[in-house]
Amino acid sequence: MKIAVCIKRVPDTETRIKIAADGKSIDESGVKFVLNPFDEYAVEEALKLKEQSNGEVVAICLGPEAAQETLRTALAMGVDRGILLKAERLPRDPLVVARALAAELEQGGYDLALFGKLAVDDYDQAVGTIVAELLALPSVSAVTRLEITDGHATAQREVEGAVELVEFSLPAVVTAEKGLNEPRYPALRGIMLAKKKPLDIKEVELDEGGIEVLELTLPPDRKSGRIVGEGAAAVPELVEALRNEAKVF
Amino acid sequence: MSDILTVLEQREGVVKRVSHEALAAARALADELGCEVHALVIGPPDTDVTGLGQYGADKVMTSLDEELTLYQASRYAQIAADQAMGGAYTTVILGATSLGKDLGPRIAARLGCPLTSDVTSISGVDGIVVTRPVFAGKAIYRLKITGSPSVITVRPNAVAPVAASNAGVVEEVSASDDVKPAVARTLEVRAPDNAALDVAEAAIVVAGGRGLKEAEHFKLVEGLAQALGGAVGASRAVVDAGWRPHSEQVGQTGKTVSPNLYIALGISGAIQHLAGMRTAKVIVAINKDPDAPIFKVADYGIVGDVFEVVPRLTEAIVKAREG
Repeated sequence: MKIAVCIKRVPDTETRIKIAADGKSIDESGVKFVLNPFDEYAVEEALKLKEQSNGEVVAICLGPEAAQETLRTALAMGVDRGILLKAERLPRDPLVVARALAAELEQGGYDLALFGKLAVDDYDQAVGTIVAELLALPSVSAVTRLEITDGHATAQREVEGAVELVEFSLPAVVTAEKGLNEPRYPALRGIMLAKKKPLDIKEVELDEGGIEVLELTLPPDRKSGRIVGEGAAAVPELVEALRNEAKVF
Repeated sequence: MSDILTVLEQREGVVKRVSHEALAAARALADELGCEVHALVIGPPDTDVTGLGQYGADKVMTSLDEELTLYQASRYAQIAADQAMGGAYTTVILGATSLGKDLGPRIAARLGCPLTSDVTSISGVDGIVVTRPVFAGKAIYRLKITGSPSVITVRPNAVAPVAASNAGVVEEVSASDDVKPAVARTLEVRAPDNAALDVAEAAIVVAGGRGLKEAEHFKLVEGLAQALGGAVGASRAVVDAGWRPHSEQVGQTGKTVSPNLYIALGISGAIQHLAGMRTAKVIVAINKDPDAPIFKVADYGIVGDVFEVVPRLTEAIVKAREG
């Protein structure tokens, strides 16, 4: 099988967000960037499938020059080669991002394209599914179990309070939910090998799409609350406050 | 003038509350733009579509078929895109649920239009402007949608359903037979025996963290959630430790929730967790460490041992609810 994994470079989830001077983006100074956590599940699944059936795993990343590091992380985990679709800024419109990735995937002749279910920065949860539609491929999003036999697949998808069981045939697009697997850590040997693996860089031109950022702000501070007391003795006062002050029941 | 299409979601033939919320968002936008709200219901033949006018729909279009009982991504997308195609609609609105987050992108792709996900407000006064949290709520975008049409998904619990008196005239629409060959088929939906309320949709969430010390002690969390009629949530630490399923995880790599009441038990409040729950209307924290960051976002806090406080609280709430 030839498998593509589409990955993204995002700020680490422990990042404390600061707004940049333009008021429309984050201040990236001092921010640690990582491979998007949901993409780790996609990479791991691709590597597991390769272990079963041989073939090739290619990581594709749309992002700035610095996203080479993100690709190297995937290569260190065991991905065979990387493609950086280099664009300094990603527009807000997921359709534009999806079009760029779809154009690259279309040329690759992949049996399967894996994505993380969402990127923890923009939180769109859209790009993988849009790519599938643009390529007229079957797709399942937020998958927690995937089984593939002879080009036929079944996936389990998380929905509110239940799971859906979906069947489809390859080629296809699948987006990974937490729980699909346990991503491996890159071993030292993997990190050394990754340095020598091929990484192609292609410049891409992205248009702005149909969404304009007016403003990025920090959420309003919650007005400060109060400690109603210590230990079990404080329970009556808490219940009283919830009932008569906050009126939540 | 183009109208607004709201794609509603049903489960077992009952339209979900989140769709009433989506209708409310659509109604408010339509009133600003001076246009109509049309609802599209896709589901099994016995789906109840009466009374949707009271939630703000001027017209209700139905596409009901046995084969549409479960969410069939390709067919649902085709039906919705068929309706939205051709310039009759300026905006397509859905609830940002598991279904909406899968169907919204498909419609946007088929229309070749922009999509904004998980918005918490929509305004039509100066073009269509939405607010939406990013970084799981650590920051908020104000975005102007310059493309038309566009698809918008609305976060559950962000907009309250309205009481309206629109016509809600029901009209059947037939699905086109021209289904693309590349389809995935949903075979079944499995709900666990103890089908739990989902943490992302619940109006009340009781969440537990490391302070519970052992997986077994989550009985305390479940007991309080049950007393309140709420859902159980969990911190990343306890999900990673395997105590709880990841479907309960609240935070940046889990679910982002906006319930009316969020009770955090033995959760210290890591940045990525706070991001996922800080838009709750009322936050209560119970933790034995008075310096835990969770107290900085809590409206009410009790400094104390969860093993002492929670049984008493559960008991008091059962009593309060009976009274």
